Amino acid sequence: MAQITLDKLAHSYLAKPQNDADFALKQIDYVWEDGGAYALLGPSGCGKTTLLNIISGLLVPSKGHIRFDANDVTELSPENRNIAQVFQFPVIYDTMTVEENLAFPLVNRGVKRSEVNQRVNDMLVTLDLKDKAKRKARGLTADEKQKISLGRGLVRYDVNAILFDEPLTVIDPHMKWQLRTKLKQLHEQFGHTMIYVTHDQTEALTFADKVVVMYEGEVVQIGTPEELFDEPAHTFVGYFIGSPGMNILPGAVEQNTLRLADQSFELNKHYRSLSGKLEIGIRPEFVKVTDAAGAGSSGVKMQVNSVENIGRHKIVRGMVNGQAIDAVVDEDANVPADAFAVFDKSRFNVYEDSHLVRAES
Amino acid sequence: MIDKPVNHKAWFFVFPVFLLVAISAIIPLMTVVNYSVQDTFGNNQFFWAGTEWYEEILTSSRFHDALVRNLIFSGIILLIEIPLGIAIALSMPRKGIWVPVCLILMALPLLIPWNVVGTIWQVFGRADIGLLGRSLAAIGVEYNYATNWLDAWITIIIMDVWHWTSLVVLLCYSGLVAIPEPYYQAARIDGASKWKVFRYIQLPKMQRVLLIAVLLRFMDSFMIYTEPFVLTGGGPGNSTTFLSIDLVKMAIGQFDLGPAAAMSIIYFLIILLVSWVFYTAMTNFGIDAPEKEVN
Repeated sequence: MAQITLDKLAHSYLAKPQNDADFALKQIDYVWEDGGAYALLGPSGCGKTTLLNIISGLLVPSKGHIRFDANDVTELSPENRNIAQVFQFPVIYDTMTVEENLAFPLVNRGVKRSEVNQRVNDMLVTLDLKDKAKRKARGLTADEKQKISLGRGLVRYDVNAILFDEPLTVIDPHMKWQLRTKLKQLHEQFGHTMIYVTHDQTEALTFADKVVVMYEGEVVQIGTPEELFDEPAHTFVGYFIGSPGMNILPGAVEQNTLRLADQSFELNKHYRSLSGKLEIGIRPEFVKVTDAAGAGSSGVKMQVNSVENIGRHKIVRGMVNGQAIDAVVDEDANVPADAFAVFDKSRFNVYEDSHLVRAES
Repeated sequence: MIDKPVNHKAWFFVFPVFLLVAISAIIPLMTVVNYSVQDTFGNNQFFWAGTEWYEEILTSSRFHDALVRNLIFSGIILLIEIPLGIAIALSMPRKGIWVPVCLILMALPLLIPWNVVGTIWQVFGRADIGLLGRSLAAIGVEYNYATNWLDAWITIIIMDVWHWTSLVVLLCYSGLVAIPEPYYQAARIDGASKWKVFRYIQLPKMQRVLLIAVLLRFMDSFMIYTEPFVLTGGGPGNSTTFLSIDLVKMAIGQFDLGPAAAMSIIYFLIILLVSWVFYTAMTNFGIDAPEKEVN
């Protein structure tokens, strides 16, 4: 168990990177707290696997250092870093039994036989695999195999961190929930630092205390699931997190007056003077759809294009002043033909060149 | 049961295949079976002989000796070619310019016909004019496959190893390159030694291709004919008279069609039996015994 420090870390797969675009991973400075559960979230090719491989030691970064507690491990190989990793596809030793699989990393490290048996037994109980202990691992289902590969990390009590590289990709949907719950439970039980790479926001948001959102090799935001939802630091985070994503509309802000869709909103906060491309973001959850009477003076005329029922909610897709906009309304809410959109003005986020601008007061 | 509609038209599609298999396999095989249970004094007149030829073959020391030679030969071939093939496949490069170079070098011996391989080594090893034979003589090693049975065996084994190890190498290599990278990464993280990576990842992942390699090499080496025929014709003495050589002597040389046919059938059944044993043993290796699920 260790705190992991990323010190001015950057990586390029090219031998001589010329400019920013050559870097698969742009400079990142961050400290992963000991015992935290982190998720690296982003679309394919955003650099999240590169970052994970740097932490596990499969890649040596082109720039910067990585430290476990006070030790610089930048140049250390994976076996010397004392980490565990669970891969996208379950990696098990086919010809060994479940027990032998779990014992393997301990036996390789010369742990005493009695100690090995004790720990393997505990782990079999923890993973609910006790009744399959003597079975050959190759005959098991994908989720059981994935549990074994996780177990091989957990039996070494002292691992610095456990890294997950999209571990639920090949698992059946109904087993995904169970495994994710198990993972949460194991995290609470053992308190390992866990780093979880995924492109699935549900997995990331349910698993992690802190989510690291990556986009084109850059970390665009690190925050709790709530922070990512309420105040996305980048328009990409707004789009990527949430279903449907945040509405991003062109607008303008002057002092405490926000203009959006030919309508002015008086805010009770104050912005510095802004230049560049200005956009206003608002979550569909904070857009109400009502009729003219319900909207009053603050409503904006909305042309409704479609209504999708997704169970407990409906998604209303439409246009406001020529801009596409989504709203999430209650399942039993009535969507009038002559609709008006009402924005919750305390929930506006202002973006200058795609980056969030915070109010000054 | 519900009565299924019966449609005999399907037979029209099966018939051509049936005809082909009949002409290519069943009718020739039945001819052999036919000969094996009859006797003839020529003139196309046959007499029923029952199992007489089978008894004669199974009790003849000539057959026993040849069978033992075959088993020893195949055993030696498998013991040399399989480990050697695995070792070469493991040391071959996985990427870069040397991959095609190695693959082509490996494939070359496979392109050479059996009798050419036999002739190459026959000439190469000759004590009077062969490069190998003369060189060995020059450094004082007595080597003469025409008179010494051990030299003849060694020469034939070297021929076969030279000719066919490549096949094992290529099969193993295809198995090795198919192993996904995370297996090696996981093994590094688990602190596995090189030997353990081989024993628990590479070898199990090569199981299927090795099964094919073992079966092919067993069947092929058990049917060996051309190499000893070209080298010494089964000599010196009877030391390299394998079943196939003996069979040809009996059938074509002595024209004992009955015993030869019986021997063919026995020969065929032995290959089938041993192949089945290999197949069963290797596919069941590393798999749970049939489920004994306890509730």
